[in-house]
Amino acid sequence: MIKTENLTKIFKIKKGADIPAVVELNLDIQEGEVFGFLGPNGAGKTTTIRMLTTLIAPTTGTARVCGYPLGESNQDIRRNVGILTENPGMYERLSAFKNLTIYAKLYDVEDVESQVRKHLQMLGLWERRDDPVGSFSKGMRQKLAICRALLHEPRLLFLDEPTSGLDPEAALLVRSFIEELRSQGRTIFMCTHNLNEADRLCDRIGLFRTHLIEVDTSQNLRVKFFGRKVVIHLRKVDPAWLPQLQALPGVQDISQVESKLVITTEDPENLNPRIIRTLVTAGADVQFVGELRHSLEEIYMQTMGENQPEVTES
Amino acid sequence: MKHIWTIIDKEWAEVFQHKMVLFTMIFIPLFLVALPVLMLFFTGQSMGGEIADDFSELPPALLSFCAADMTPGDCMQVYLINMFMLLFMMIPVIIPVTIAAYSVVGEKTTRSLEPLLATPISTFELLAGKSLAAAIPAILAGWVSFGLFLIALPLIGVSAPVIRYIISPTWLLAVLVAGPLMAIAAVNFSLFVSSRVNDPRVAEQISVLLIVPVLAALLAQLAGVIVINLLVMLSFIGGLVLVDIGLIYLGVSIFQRETILTRWK
Ligand SMILES: Nc1ncnc2c1ncn2[C@@H]1O[C@H](COP(=O)(O)OP(=O)(O)O)[C@@H](O)[C@H]1O
Ligand SMILES: [Mg+2]
Repeated sequence: MIKTENLTKIFKIKKGADIPAVVELNLDIQEGEVFGFLGPNGAGKTTTIRMLTTLIAPTTGTARVCGYPLGESNQDIRRNVGILTENPGMYERLSAFKNLTIYAKLYDVEDVESQVRKHLQMLGLWERRDDPVGSFSKGMRQKLAICRALLHEPRLLFLDEPTSGLDPEAALLVRSFIEELRSQGRTIFMCTHNLNEADRLCDRIGLFRTHLIEVDTSQNLRVKFFGRKVVIHLRKVDPAWLPQLQALPGVQDISQVESKLVITTEDPENLNPRIIRTLVTAGADVQFVGELRHSLEEIYMQTMGENQPEVTES
Repeated sequence: MKHIWTIIDKEWAEVFQHKMVLFTMIFIPLFLVALPVLMLFFTGQSMGGEIADDFSELPPALLSFCAADMTPGDCMQVYLINMFMLLFMMIPVIIPVTIAAYSVVGEKTTRSLEPLLATPISTFELLAGKSLAAAIPAILAGWVSFGLFLIALPLIGVSAPVIRYIISPTWLLAVLVAGPLMAIAAVNFSLFVSSRVNDPRVAEQISVLLIVPVLAALLAQLAGVIVINLLVMLSFIGGLVLVDIGLIYLGVSIFQRETILTRWK
């Protein structure tokens, strides 16, 4: 659906240094995938979306979006993608109905009226269709803006920070709407710096800060960065048990935190029974056994910390 | 091409939400019609007694306007009316400027330009829609004002020869052709400015400068430096056509979607 090759955007500023916003980005996103593009402010996420939606031209590199080459078939790309821009930019004085109608017409939707009605009904806004958009709650406005991007049934949807600036309730509203879109099998490219959101909504995550740092499912990212870890809660820990456990094949690392043991291994499914047997034989009282799940946040902090933006000399 | 109509429809829906814009659109033409009508009314009354039937009391500059069947009073009125011709041509320049000046930079400040540019609309369609949205009401306002003027004249006792003078080719060309051409020039100039600045207020201020050449022409005419006749009007129209073509071409070729979207200083 999206394939980029060394996609690069460098902003030229009249005075001062050039700003490398996106450098040599290589992505391959499949149909039906929800891809989370994760990075701090100024990482170049919006710039990437703007390039992929033909709003700005890359400095170097190429990309295919929905099968069309960027730069050569921009009109086709625009017809096939939908975009929720960072600032939704609705016409606030106009009604919800008018806003959607304008866009349905600009996207050459066949049956404008019924398509607009379908989307307003989906949002439960049909009764309020004649109210100006400015009178809607922030969450509603955001959902309306997402619907505006869906009117022409695009094959690919870009969402630029769909929940940023929303209060928790509004964010939840938008998030469950995205979940719904996901369950419909839509292809979505979503920028965010909300990690829980990315973890919950996205099939794969790209960690990005000017350069692409890692791409994988959040589960694989956890394994890649922290390995798999098992936590065993004991009534009390006898230091003599540690060397015994360390001797078991497959144990990579053991540490003790209060009355808990944290064991790193690649294969907890086969190792856990042996560990428990060893502990019980040694006289330990096992209370709980669980897998330690690192939050995406920890991965994020670790990668972003190592990848401070480059300072370019002018 | 139907995108053009969508843009016009959208612009009008937005513009007519602003009470101020509606007010200017109605007030300015009414004012510019009322002004000459009142002046003609009062000169007609006062001249009845004073200059009576004596052509010799008229200044020579005035005599050139007299047709054979006119009284000296008529000549005086025709002279005055000619001064107002430029006023009528100003209507289509003043009205669209605020709309057009706001149109690109306004969408940029409300951030609605980005999703708009992401649709499959072409630059030409976007600019044509925005130009027409501003030009059409301006041209109509110019024509309606002239219509009101023509209706008002007999009511205040202006004589038939004077009215015949006003529906002469020069006047009709001025109102029906030069006015719209001026509106198109004004709109495209304002759009051009609007695509280049980042603040709607700056766009309006620069665009309002357009009135300066029209005012200059008005003053020149008052001072007797230029006399508007058919030939002057035709050459003026010719010049306007060239200016319009130039401005439209410039507007479309200079409208860089990316630059407009990303330049903030
Ligand atoms: N129009 C622009 N002109 C110059 N620099 C820009 C422009 N837009 C973005 N940048 C720079 O590019 C970098 C990436 O910005 P952006 O894509 O908006 O990041 P994000 O969306 O991840 O927060 C930032 O350093 C920003 O300052
Ligand atoms: Mg951004």
